[in-house]
Amino acid sequence: MLLVPCPNCGPRNASDLVYKGESHTRPDPNLVTEAEWRSYLYLEDNPAGWLRETWYCRSGCRRYFVLERDTTTNEFRNPPVPGAKIGGKA
Amino acid sequence: MAKSAGLTAAREKVGRRSADSSKPPRYSAAGLLSRGARKTTWPRVWRDVPLQKTYDVVIIGGGVHGLATAYYLATNHGITNVAVVDKSYLGSGGSGRNTAIVRSNYLTPEGVAFYDRSLDLYNSMSLDLNINVMFSERGHMTLAHTDSALRTMNWRAEVNKLQDINSSVIGPEDVKKLAPSLDTSSDPRYPILGALYHPPGGTIRHDAVVWGYARGADHRGVEMHQKTEVLDILVEGGDGPDGKGPGGKVTGVRTSRGDISAPIVVNCTAGWATLISDMAGVKLPISTRPLQAAVTEPVKVFLPTVVVSGSLHVYVSQTDRGELVFGASVDPFNTYQVRGSLDFTEELAGHVLELMPGISRMRLLRQWAGLCDMTPDYSPVMGFTPVEGFLCDVGWGTYGFKAGPVSGEQMAECVATQQTPKLIEPFRLERFSTGKLVGEKGAAAVGH
Ligand SMILES: Cc1cc2nc3c(=O)[nH]c(=O)nc-3n(C[C@H](O)[C@H](O)[C@H](O)COP(=O)(O)OP(=O)(O)OC[C@H]3O[C@@H](n4cnc5c(N)ncnc54)[C@H](O)[C@@H]3O)c2cc1C
Ligand SMILES: [Zn+2]
Repeated sequence: MLLVPCPNCGPRNASDLVYKGESHTRPDPNLVTEAEWRSYLYLEDNPAGWLRETWYCRSGCRRYFVLERDTTTNEFRNPPVPGAKIGGKA
Repeated sequence: MAKSAGLTAAREKVGRRSADSSKPPRYSAAGLLSRGARKTTWPRVWRDVPLQKTYDVVIIGGGVHGLATAYYLATNHGITNVAVVDKSYLGSGGSGRNTAIVRSNYLTPEGVAFYDRSLDLYNSMSLDLNINVMFSERGHMTLAHTDSALRTMNWRAEVNKLQDINSSVIGPEDVKKLAPSLDTSSDPRYPILGALYHPPGGTIRHDAVVWGYARGADHRGVEMHQKTEVLDILVEGGDGPDGKGPGGKVTGVRTSRGDISAPIVVNCTAGWATLISDMAGVKLPISTRPLQAAVTEPVKVFLPTVVVSGSLHVYVSQTDRGELVFGASVDPFNTYQVRGSLDFTEELAGHVLELMPGISRMRLLRQWAGLCDMTPDYSPVMGFTPVEGFLCDVGWGTYGFKAGPVSGEQMAECVATQQTPKLIEPFRLERFSTGKLVGEKGAAAVGH
């Protein structure tokens, strides 16, 4: 289906991971307006193209990480290589 | 006036003229025979006319939702200067790829009322559109394999009964009577504990519904433009870049075949919904996921009802030709690719055999996928947006085929009266900023 490049385990079938969706910066709950908070909760970019997304390596290293994937080709940009430094934080 | 005269001339007769000339002509066995004998080809079912520069309403997306909206605009409200534009062919999206299941046993009172109206419209559709849509009211059964699933079924049954929907919870013995091929013993890993049974549910021929609405709309003067891709939406006076976004007003659309001006633009593009709404500067709570389905070789009819299992992520029905049609839940990540996967087939086969061990030697013929526009609460997004003149009928996820007729009817009313009809009030985009979600997950995640 889709080989997801886990920074720790290397390429794994998507069924070994959990897709957590688009990765956006969480606003500070003490500072945001209600509308901003709800936009953060519900609204999506859903681009046809490059998307920053969070994955959870359920059956492997159990780490969360962020990857960039083209949603029209499912190709990953700069896939992390295991052994190298762990990718962006989620 | 000149236009309607041209209309009649442009349209060849496809069959016997119906008694009621407000409807498109009827197909008949005699017509079929005489055409066969004369070896004539069938004429176009809707006209292919030049694209004009202005319309009263432009509808983006030639699936069941866009076409039904156009049909009801013309039929119920006399608004006929309407163009439906599609980047591909009519029915090329989810409307031509779905597994054609219809039902109204949803979980929320809002959902039940809405989908029930759609079933009413489906019931009279063959007569209204003069085309055989092959509605098969064969009953719909949602299996429960766990106590919590059984609890949700009971909850749904009570919500349904309150609104006069034929829906009840039955035990394993009755499940076995309705569908003897199901394994109702206690042997499987997830034994069948009961089911929510909904006799008015069933299947319908999806392509006939699409063509029926297209033909009916064409008959009333609506234009269908295939291979016409919308590249941009023209908006003035909005808060965002280029005058788009909230506070703005739609003036038209830019297409691959030129600009069209129109005061009202309706987004009916399902899986592509956010790409279109981005063009107007409107953000939606929608992510695009593929949904896959598969079909087996045909065998003698043995499965009389639609069978759904939420716990096993699978549903199955048998077509009149005898093929088993399978579906599951959406693929596990967002993408615009419509490709089948082995993961899907493997999981599907395992789960189906758990339900019906007897079909282990049947072969799959085909598998395919379509794009679904998923919302966080499994309910649609309908009606006005913060951009004046830009309306949405999207968020149809994996369950929008059955909603086609009622959505078309209500969206047409919304456009014609410039007010949100009562039936679709709960589904307005505002609910995501006020937090009033309409949680249908319990009734819509698998059992389309
Ligand atoms: C495998 C599968 C099984 C399903 N099973 C069921 C079921 O059993 N029951 C049920 O109720 N629902 C089911 N669904 C869901 C249902 O098919 C959809 O919700 C429904 O068809 C949506 O209809 P629509 O008219 O809104 O969109 P679509 O039919 O998807 O039409 C959208 C159209 O927009 C066009 N478009 C996109 N971008 C542009 C552009 N830029 N310019 C012009 N045109 C554009 C596309 O070409 C497309 O034709 C299923 C879906 C799938 C994929
Ligand atoms: Zn890992």
